[in-house]
Amino acid sequence: MNAVTDTLVLAKRSLLRIRRQPDLLVGFTVQPVMFVLLFVYVFGGAIETPGLEYADFLIPGIIVQSMVFGGFVTALGLADDLKKGLMDRFRSLPMSRSAVLTGRTLADVFSNVVQLVVMIGVGLLVGFSFKTGVLEIVAGILLLLLIGYAFSWVFAFIGLTASSAEAANAFGFTVLFPMTFVSSAFVPVESMPSWLEVVAENNPFTKMVNAARALFLDTPAGNDVWLAVLWSLAIVAVFAPLSAWRYRRAIRR
Amino acid sequence: MPESPAVETHGLSKHYGDVHALRDVDLRAETGSVFGLLGPNGAGKTTAVRILTTLLQPDGGTARVAGFDVVKQAAQVRERIGLAGQYAAVDENLSGFENLEMVGRLYHLGPRASRERSRELLEDFQLAADGDRLVGTYSGGMRRRLDLAAALVARPPLLFLDEPTTGLDLRSRLGLWEAIEQLVAEGTTVVLTTQYLDEADRLAERIAVIDQGRVIAEGTPRELKEQIGGDRLEVQLCPGADGEAAVSALAGVADGRPELVDGLVRVPLRERSGAITAAVRRLDEAGVRIDDIALREPTLDDVFLQLTGHHVEQDDEPAER
Ligand SMILES: Nc1ncnc2c1ncn2[C@@H]1O[C@H](COP(=O)(O)OP(=O)(O)OP(=O)(O)O)[C@@H](O)[C@H]1O
Ligand SMILES: [Mg+2]
Repeated sequence: MNAVTDTLVLAKRSLLRIRRQPDLLVGFTVQPVMFVLLFVYVFGGAIETPGLEYADFLIPGIIVQSMVFGGFVTALGLADDLKKGLMDRFRSLPMSRSAVLTGRTLADVFSNVVQLVVMIGVGLLVGFSFKTGVLEIVAGILLLLLIGYAFSWVFAFIGLTASSAEAANAFGFTVLFPMTFVSSAFVPVESMPSWLEVVAENNPFTKMVNAARALFLDTPAGNDVWLAVLWSLAIVAVFAPLSAWRYRRAIRR
Repeated sequence: MPESPAVETHGLSKHYGDVHALRDVDLRAETGSVFGLLGPNGAGKTTAVRILTTLLQPDGGTARVAGFDVVKQAAQVRERIGLAGQYAAVDENLSGFENLEMVGRLYHLGPRASRERSRELLEDFQLAADGDRLVGTYSGGMRRRLDLAAALVARPPLLFLDEPTTGLDLRSRLGLWEAIEQLVAEGTTVVLTTQYLDEADRLAERIAVIDQGRVIAEGTPRELKEQIGGDRLEVQLCPGADGEAAVSALAGVADGRPELVDGLVRVPLRERSGAITAAVRRLDEAGVRIDDIALREPTLDDVFLQLTGHHVEQDDEPAER
């Protein structure tokens, strides 16, 4: 019971902090919006997406990408907390140990909701439209939030492992960012060289994008929705304990 | 049932690589008292406080706080202590009020009680007017006060303060001393660390002096000061004045032999009052001209010189975090 309260208290703390440093959230919202505009108006004309308008093709992919990177706030925040000695305060309190991590990742869910609303709004303005019923749309939104939550744990791990917030930033953008491009998010994988197509086809990120498309646009789903859910749960199952382990190590200096 | 001591350690040890931060430390602080841990930079004060507040595991020995083992019963210890560490552990991106409220919630005081207690503490520590401002904009002294307030949110019966006044100006220092004395008067047990003998002297009933991880003396402030000879008189002679004549003239007021170094005569005193008048009169009679004369209380450096034969090492200031 206390673990739940502690998580909520610390999630509130992270959100208050975002309100105070709105540039954090603005950064993570404006950047995907810029991407939407760039892709729709600059590259879109040159990219063939059989059976779909490019805006329809792009929006689910770019939303998945923005959900994945929504967890960045967690990486930066944890790296910062470790540096500032605030952990000593938390650790001297009779509170749940894990709340420091669960509070952060929960706060990401809230900021991801904000991102999602902005992205869908911008999408609708540039010509995206839903082609499915309310149930599928809601399922799609929940799936996107689950994906975002899963990657918050990846970022928690990065934030606790990197030596500084800057290092966490560099890692995120040199490893994860390219990974999101070798996928079906921005171009159909069939357009890639065949060796890369194999990589992209099996990229979990592709499964997630295809699942979002299926739920928003009624494209053939195959097993992608279930695979996306499974991947997300698997990521949580691996990275939550890994983060907890890094956290225990990081504070036992 | 006799009350267990607030702090009791036996053979406490901790090392980092080949640095022995604590070696075989035995401490005992009674409940209801103020216990001071006095030592220079790098003595092991923070290491000791971090072990006692369950933040760090010792390599050897045992420590009980409020009757509970800090390793095996860490949760029970945490419920009974408050900590204000050497570096203020406050969230700069929250307001002062939000910081305290968060700590209250994490002590499980409930939303309403947390808010009320936070307002009360902001009032007590002269932060009420700044309670809604971001802590990032607070001065060093304000952060320290907020940090102390955060340690007091749950009215812990036992409070650990690691160098509560280092880096503060005189006025903030006095203010903090008064706040601590007030807490003690209300029955809080306090364990504090300091580099300053005057601080330990004013606040602590018992002091342990530590150096390089070892306890080198233990006792009441009076006992420690007696051990090092109490106050002294320092007389700066005019250039060319006869040092030997000065030493023999001052021998009459001294408790022991005055020592002469580079025209400065250090005179251990038996009795503080009247010492200056007597010294000036005797020097005048002996025809020794003086430039300056002053009473000096023993400092940590004097304690060290006496106990270890070496001066306090002028380590670098602890890096601000
Ligand atoms: N994490 C660490 N890694 C390596 N050495 C450490 C670590 N923490 C402390 N030490 C060393 O242990 C010794 C005791 O340090 P400690 O911080 O306990 O001293 P202190 O009395 O609090 O000093 P100060 O007055 O500067 O705060 C020092 O030599 C210090 O360099
Ligand atoms: Mg210290």
